[in-house]
Amino acid sequence: MRTGNRFATTAFLALAAFTAQPAAGQEFITVASTTSTEQSGLFGHILPLFKEKTGIAVRVVAQGTGQALETGRRGDADVVFVHARAQEERFVAEGYGVARFGVMYNDFVIVGPADDPAGIKGGADAVAAFARIAQRQAGFASRGDDSGTHAAEKALWQAAGITPSGDWYRELGSGMGATLNASAQLPAYTLTDRATWISFANRGPLEIIVEGDRRLFNQYGVILVSTERHPHVKAKAGQAFVDWLVSDEGQEAIAGYERNGEQLFFPNAGDPAS
Amino acid sequence: MEAGPFATAFHLLATFDATLAQIVGLSLRVTISAVALAALIGLPLGAALALARFPGRAAVIVLVNALMGLPPVVAGLVVYLLLSRSGPLGSLGLLFTPTAMIVAQTALILPIVISLTRQVIEDLWAEYEEQLRSLGSSRMRAIPTLLLDARFALTTVLLAGLGRAIAEVGAVLIVGGNIAGHTRTMTTAIALETSRGDLALALALGIILVGLTILLNGAAFAASRIGRRMTG
Amino acid sequence: MSAMHGSHSILPLRVRGLGLTLDGARLINDVSFDIPPRSRTVVIGPNGAGKSLLLRLCHGLLAPSEGDISWSGPAASDGRKRHAMVFQRPVMLRRSALANLTHALALAGLPLRERNARAEAALERFGLGALAHRPARVLSGGEQQRLAIARAWALRPELLFLDEPTSALDPAATRAIEAMIATIHAEGVAIVMTTHDLGQARRHADEVLFLHRGRIVERSPAYAFFERPATPEARAFVAGELVW
Repeated sequence: MRTGNRFATTAFLALAAFTAQPAAGQEFITVASTTSTEQSGLFGHILPLFKEKTGIAVRVVAQGTGQALETGRRGDADVVFVHARAQEERFVAEGYGVARFGVMYNDFVIVGPADDPAGIKGGADAVAAFARIAQRQAGFASRGDDSGTHAAEKALWQAAGITPSGDWYRELGSGMGATLNASAQLPAYTLTDRATWISFANRGPLEIIVEGDRRLFNQYGVILVSTERHPHVKAKAGQAFVDWLVSDEGQEAIAGYERNGEQLFFPNAGDPAS
Repeated sequence: MEAGPFATAFHLLATFDATLAQIVGLSLRVTISAVALAALIGLPLGAALALARFPGRAAVIVLVNALMGLPPVVAGLVVYLLLSRSGPLGSLGLLFTPTAMIVAQTALILPIVISLTRQVIEDLWAEYEEQLRSLGSSRMRAIPTLLLDARFALTTVLLAGLGRAIAEVGAVLIVGGNIAGHTRTMTTAIALETSRGDLALALALGIILVGLTILLNGAAFAASRIGRRMTG
Repeated sequence: MSAMHGSHSILPLRVRGLGLTLDGARLINDVSFDIPPRSRTVVIGPNGAGKSLLLRLCHGLLAPSEGDISWSGPAASDGRKRHAMVFQRPVMLRRSALANLTHALALAGLPLRERNARAEAALERFGLGALAHRPARVLSGGEQQRLAIARAWALRPELLFLDEPTSALDPAATRAIEAMIATIHAEGVAIVMTTHDLGQARRHADEVLFLHRGRIVERSPAYAFFERPATPEARAFVAGELVW
């Protein structure tokens, strides 16, 4: 018994020492955002600048837009930073968010195998391209995860008057990266945001097939989660982050992020349409 | 894929990348804490389950055995719902922290520790029962005695838990959130690099993870062997 | 006696009409005998006669199907056994020889501060002091059995059960064990032992219980049993004709 107690005590002390949080007391906020902003490296570029200015650390949980908004709804994030305007506005209208601010945009592109089985390469009409893919039953990989990109894809099918179904249409239920990995293997067409595409390394036979349609415009917005719904939300630090993103300084930081010589996101906080 | 995964792994190790060190450190901290917690709870419980006689014991054993196959995402989801701000333990503010990951992994490996401990202790009790009862030990009083004497077999039990914990990604991803510099572990980093299409880096991290697991198991094996040689 | 074991003795032990039935098989049948203080009883009989079961019943490891096992005096109800048992293959815990003894003393309820001294004294008493800090499990079979007897002795029993204590041992170890048993008996401890070894039975028995197919076939003083066995079974057994 004595040995058992000694063992238990030692184990408990070791555990306590081991699990102790390092550097407690540092101020931080939790931001639920999308895979595109995190995986493209944007946050890695701008968050140190924000922290230098304010001393606030930002912890980013990268999810699909739908899931990120759900995280905010449950009160598990202080700020959401996503790209599906209709859903964002509903989030605010339902009282979960304080207000939505447009921050930046980039665009979606349709990528697909270089041999282009649907024969749509070089076009600038995304809706026509989708109609052609469906007509030829060329392979198409859909995110199928209620993300912002998925929402944009569904809007394009709707505009084309098509309800996609059949063997050629694969709903993956995966993030952007996993969907691109799958598309490269199938191969299949897919819709991706340009930032993720530029930073994606495993392209295989994929290349950009269609770009430049204004319907491929991809707007990002930021929302502070409401303390009326969730009193524990760090409203002050969260608001500081929102304010910084739409400030000249934050906007410049976003514009300054490049990957392979290309600017990935275009700040447009001042634009009334953002 | 300019550099092969082995070359990348070697490069990461050789340059002792600070981010990598942080990720490896967190993985070890979370997993070892979870194993320690599961041991603290599961060893006595498993031994008690081996020795106690109560109605419904068989059902409990079947349930615990079945939970050994609990999918990590399910464990993660349950812990997520418990720790979410909208959940019953939300006021603790533990979601998306290493503590939440430790809780999820503990829940995941606890059934393994309990179930295998029960088996080990039951076998040992069969061998020791007459002697211990002759010396005046009750079944419950035998628990610490048997746990101590089964320590080498129980090392293997804990290693099974360690293996499951360090390799799993589903639970820690859900409750940890894979936050860079805060809750990013080896496995969530591998998942992330895979989704970024950087397969070489993902595989390099995988190689390091496997190497680490081999190292931990080797150390435990050696310790157990030396102990066995010394105490029979 | 009273100096060593307190004012009340648990002996004589009275066993009356003892029976054990397991899975429909009648293994012990209507067994009655007494164990007086300071006595030496050897239980012999062919394999499967029920010798080990009889010891386990008396020691309380098995519950009888019928009959009575009654200990004398108020000690019978004080909750602490004053009889100990040594098994054919003793279980040593995976710790030092000394710790095996202190563990047994802890189970016996001895206060913490007294355990070490008592355990060390027990080891010294039987010349096992040098083994005190050796892991018990790596000791030889003979050493482990001597340790088991020292462990039982440390409990200060009034009655010691020994179940074929030397059957797995070489002659030298057997001699050492027999010397220990003689020493313990000389201190006033009653001995009940089973054995396959008729020579050992002659050397250590005051009384012999001859058990055959779960029944006591013959119960007599040792000299009488070995000189003039009263029953045909006992005669055959002593002559070595009964299959063991």
